[in-house]
Amino acid sequence: MSTHDHTEEHHTGLRVYTAVCLALFVLTAVTVYVAKFDFGDFNIVVAMLIASIKASIVALYFMHLKFEDKLTWIYALYPLFLLFLLIGFTMMETFTRVPVIK
Amino acid sequence: MANGVMTQTEHIPYLAQKGLKSWILTTDHKRIGILYLVTISFFFMIAGLTALGMRYELMTPELDFFRTATEYNVAFTLHGSLMVFFFIVPGIAASFGNFLIPLMIGARDVAFPRINLLSFWIYLIGTAILLSALAQPADTGWTFYTPYSIQTGTKVIMITLGVFVLGFSSILTGMNFIVTIHKLRAPGMTWSRLPLFIWASYATAILQLLATPVVGITLLLLIAERAFDIGFFDPAKGGDPILFQNFFWFYSHPAVYIMVIPAFGIISEIIPVFARKPIFGYKAIAYSSFAIAIISFFVWLHHMFVSGISETAAAIFSFLTMLVAIPTAIKVFNWTATLYKGSIDFHSSMLYALSFIVLFTVGGLTGVYLGALAVDVHLHDTYFIVAHMHYVMIGGTVMGFFGALHFWYQKWFGKVFNELIAKISWFLIFVGFNVTFFPQFFMGFQGMPRRYATYPEEYISYHVLSTYGSWILGLGILIMTVNLLIPLWKEGRPESSNPYGSLSLEWQVPSPPPHENFDEIPTVTDWTYAYGKK
Repeated sequence: MSTHDHTEEHHTGLRVYTAVCLALFVLTAVTVYVAKFDFGDFNIVVAMLIASIKASIVALYFMHLKFEDKLTWIYALYPLFLLFLLIGFTMMETFTRVPVIK
Repeated sequence: MANGVMTQTEHIPYLAQKGLKSWILTTDHKRIGILYLVTISFFFMIAGLTALGMRYELMTPELDFFRTATEYNVAFTLHGSLMVFFFIVPGIAASFGNFLIPLMIGARDVAFPRINLLSFWIYLIGTAILLSALAQPADTGWTFYTPYSIQTGTKVIMITLGVFVLGFSSILTGMNFIVTIHKLRAPGMTWSRLPLFIWASYATAILQLLATPVVGITLLLLIAERAFDIGFFDPAKGGDPILFQNFFWFYSHPAVYIMVIPAFGIISEIIPVFARKPIFGYKAIAYSSFAIAIISFFVWLHHMFVSGISETAAAIFSFLTMLVAIPTAIKVFNWTATLYKGSIDFHSSMLYALSFIVLFTVGGLTGVYLGALAVDVHLHDTYFIVAHMHYVMIGGTVMGFFGALHFWYQKWFGKVFNELIAKISWFLIFVGFNVTFFPQFFMGFQGMPRRYATYPEEYISYHVLSTYGSWILGLGILIMTVNLLIPLWKEGRPESSNPYGSLSLEWQVPSPPPHENFDEIPTVTDWTYAYGKK
């Protein structure tokens, strides 16, 4: 607990929070702006990339992940691996299906 | 093994406080364990009675006990949903996990006692939602497969909402146990000294924490699909019904291990005590729980081999499925090696543990049949699956649960049951279970499909035998329940707080334990399984 208080005291002040908040607003504006362009199949990639950056800075600063120990990082990153598994294998299964009716 | 424990006479038991408020607002992990135990037992009873009704229907090939086929469909949906989501998933993890984890690691309670109570109340809210759905229950089976679950006229939303709410209880319990095991271990309780039930509970908690959100969001998508007709799973709207199965089994296969890994932990506790030997292959058993927890996320497509999935994916997942057999076999071989040349005491809890090894091995090996692609095409959706699943769930988890009830009964309640009656009820349960489910392997192999209220004449002898078995099984469970309930209303305490000579920390405190378990936090100086060295 003392470690937590220590990091909170030194790493997360009003300035950091304000900067993160502004970054989130800017990235939201970017999301709206890029929606005007058609990247074809990459529309979803661009949208998810920006959303992932936003989620990362929320986790790192608002949720203090940046200042946590290795164990917390493992618990934060392992679900991302599982998400990759879920989406990856589901897509692999979907795209390798042979149509029954040709 | 440890200092800082108490004698039998100098404490006030945690059960001393009376009144409704002392139960519904309790933050004592042992009392919360009892609350779970009572609730899951209630649902086990309801689901069990439903199963007896289904078996009675199947005594004859015609529809006679239920009025319509839909009523039969509702019965197996209710049986499966209650057993899976309301009994066996929270079962051992929430009841025995709550009672044992702080005691075994030398802590006064779990890390977040109030969140622990909140978990229970969320569980109750989930059950209340489910019970409210019983007026017009769903007929989808416990898997809620699309497109049927979207098209059926029965009330799917309420039952799935109940399961969705239950998920939060599971997540909070898992999180609580992980933090407790990391932060509240007594001095000297290193990872290499931890009881194997704790290793198993830790692996289970990871699955609860990380897999449950996926089924939550899947059921939410299903609810949205039914309520707003969005089209996630409807091909006419660009959706995919198999997507539901992918999402559902991504959780529900690991959930199989949420159900059974705690039972592995229980068996690892009971066997060394009654074999009077150190557990063989401690690290292998501990790490294999984690191996199972990790591999369980890589195998889910084996539930879908005949759903029209890609052949490439099916071949890959058939191979990956075989990997699960390795860590589970490691456990079975290590338990058997522990028994070798042991001084075995056939206490009722040991009989359940030995039954577990035999029955779970049958369940596990028939799972290898089903993991093999070509064989699965023949056996899928037959009674072979029903038998396999019940050998794993009843032969595995429920045998572990009953074994735990008999092993820790004195510690938990400070009472003594009749050992002879316990052995008689074990015998009836063991025989009844096998008579019920072993014939189902044969009728499944011969093509009898599951989930049908009527069937061709040729299967009648198997079905009749199976139904007789269910009566023996039901009688055994009834006798066991009465035998465990009667002492609770009788005066008297056990003669010893450690009647089986266990070295584990929970046996070093009085029976029943005091409110905060230890008068001072113990210092652990030896391995939990150092039998024969004392």
